[in-house]
Amino acid sequence: MSAHLLILPILLPLLAGAVLLLFSGARLAWKRPLNLIACVLLLGVTLALLIKAAGGETQVYVLGDWAPPFGIVLVLDRFSALLLVVTAVLAVPVTLAMSAGTDRSGQNFHALLQFQLMGLNGAFLTGDLFNLFVFFEVLLIASYALLVFGGGRARVAASMHYVFLNLVGSAVFIIAVGLLYGLTGTLNMADMAQRLATLPAEDVALARAAGLLLLLVFAMKAALLPLGMWLPAAYASAAAPIAALFAIMSKVGIYAIFRVHGLLFGDHAGALAGLGQTLIGWLALGTLVLGVCGMLGARSLRSLLAWQVMVSVGTLLAGWSLGTAAAWQGALFYLVHSTWLTAAMFLVAGVVVSRRGIAEDGFMISQRIASPAVGLAFLAGAVALIGLPPLSGFVGKALLLQAAGTAEALFWILLLVAGLAALLAFTRAGSTLFWRGEPATPRSSAVPMPMAPVWMLLPLSLLLVLAGDPVLTYLEATAEALKTPQALIDAVLGARAGGS
Amino acid sequence: MEALMAVCIGVLTACGVYLMLRARTFPVVMGLMLLGYAVNLFLFAMGRLATEAPAVIGRAESHADPLPQALVLTAIVIGFAMTAYVVILVIRARKTLNHDYVDDRVNERAHGAPEKSQGTRS
Repeated sequence: MSAHLLILPILLPLLAGAVLLLFSGARLAWKRPLNLIACVLLLGVTLALLIKAAGGETQVYVLGDWAPPFGIVLVLDRFSALLLVVTAVLAVPVTLAMSAGTDRSGQNFHALLQFQLMGLNGAFLTGDLFNLFVFFEVLLIASYALLVFGGGRARVAASMHYVFLNLVGSAVFIIAVGLLYGLTGTLNMADMAQRLATLPAEDVALARAAGLLLLLVFAMKAALLPLGMWLPAAYASAAAPIAALFAIMSKVGIYAIFRVHGLLFGDHAGALAGLGQTLIGWLALGTLVLGVCGMLGARSLRSLLAWQVMVSVGTLLAGWSLGTAAAWQGALFYLVHSTWLTAAMFLVAGVVVSRRGIAEDGFMISQRIASPAVGLAFLAGAVALIGLPPLSGFVGKALLLQAAGTAEALFWILLLVAGLAALLAFTRAGSTLFWRGEPATPRSSAVPMPMAPVWMLLPLSLLLVLAGDPVLTYLEATAEALKTPQALIDAVLGARAGGS
Repeated sequence: MEALMAVCIGVLTACGVYLMLRARTFPVVMGLMLLGYAVNLFLFAMGRLATEAPAVIGRAESHADPLPQALVLTAIVIGFAMTAYVVILVIRARKTLNHDYVDDRVNERAHGAPEKSQGTRS
């Protein structure tokens, strides 16, 4: 049984989603608990997988007993287990927040959430490049429907950009996968890594083109500079809990860059080593600057947070392009922190929207939120996202800066200035929303938004700091394994049918 | 055959990109479909082009690579689903936005500020 635990993060949401879709006419009073139970079960499964992966051994699940490299394999190492847990942790508060009434504004939210989780988990687990494409499509089509959930002008307009861009991205993805298959004759990423390292010289140029196309697609999903302009409008217009779930969506692109680039174009890849790494580094710094400008110019809290997502993408990929194991450790810490905290702040924004009358979360002097609990949550979330001590954002940034060393002056300057600008932006937002105007009276038509989901996510920031030692040990091992993927390659290719 | 295939893929891609750059919803959907065809043909060609080589063992001297054929099938199915979704989205957008530009701001510049957004239930 424990051998089959590995496929449960895909099967469980698939089953729950299918059941929820089958009884789509059922009352929400049935669907909400079912969805919540499925999310809690998923969290349990992923935590079990995390403990399993923390042992250090790479687990391989051979689907249909087709021995690698011929069939599709699922691979669980520390990195994928970490991302599974990060996602599952988000699912529970998002479900709770939506269940307070926002799920009435459209249809089938609960089924869509489960399919979204299935796509995400599949993308994190798969060891096959084409299968990665398929799971990307699963998570994308669920996200298309979730983004436009509830309707309205801004959502439909933003959703159209998102859908068209991602469809073009999917086409480019297939071209890149096709090219790599044509060159290496395999789709198994571990096998492909070995074959790319010993590619004949005349094929190297074609492989570079394919690799750059692949990076192009991932950079678009991650919202890197020239390709990321869809993100602010999309995240700012989505329903707040859905935007909270989408905090993990841009991280999927970053996961794919870490995983695919680390395997196929890492240090061992011969002529292809370090493909596009410097370019992405510069673009990431550009994204950071743009995100900061967006934060300063934002006119609503959700818009501010959407730009904050771009800042975190820039920070993460700039850290990635430094290329050392220490920088990757810091980037991974920052990834976990920024995903959870951005989600928590989007949930706070949801509460603000529901309580502040027609001004919603706009930065205009209208009504103030008088509740100290919401104010405290905003303060804690802002402190963490800005990167002030004692919360997790500080640790993440300190790790990244320490890893960069004094040689990377531009990285230091931009990251510190970004922190200052974030401080300004959040201060302005907080003083407008919580101090100015008369006490808020919610509209009678406003959908209530509970604070409980926020309190499930915010303490995780403190937990990341208090449990710093085991967390950093785990992340250090993860970063080391990503830098030297030979153990993973051996584990995948060594997995024999029936034996795993 | 290689030249014919290459020209086909090239023409389809060029038409697809041209239509997508029209930036109005119907041409963009058509462009996406053409690009999808081009990509599927390309993926198919990655298994190398051969005649009289079935993808079944034991029926002929030489065999075609069956994997790209399976991949193309998958890509076609996904393409169908995505096209169906995007068509519905575009119809919905036409109704909600009252125009068929991909970029809502085009309309804003031409006709002043957009009317107050209305949340419609699906």
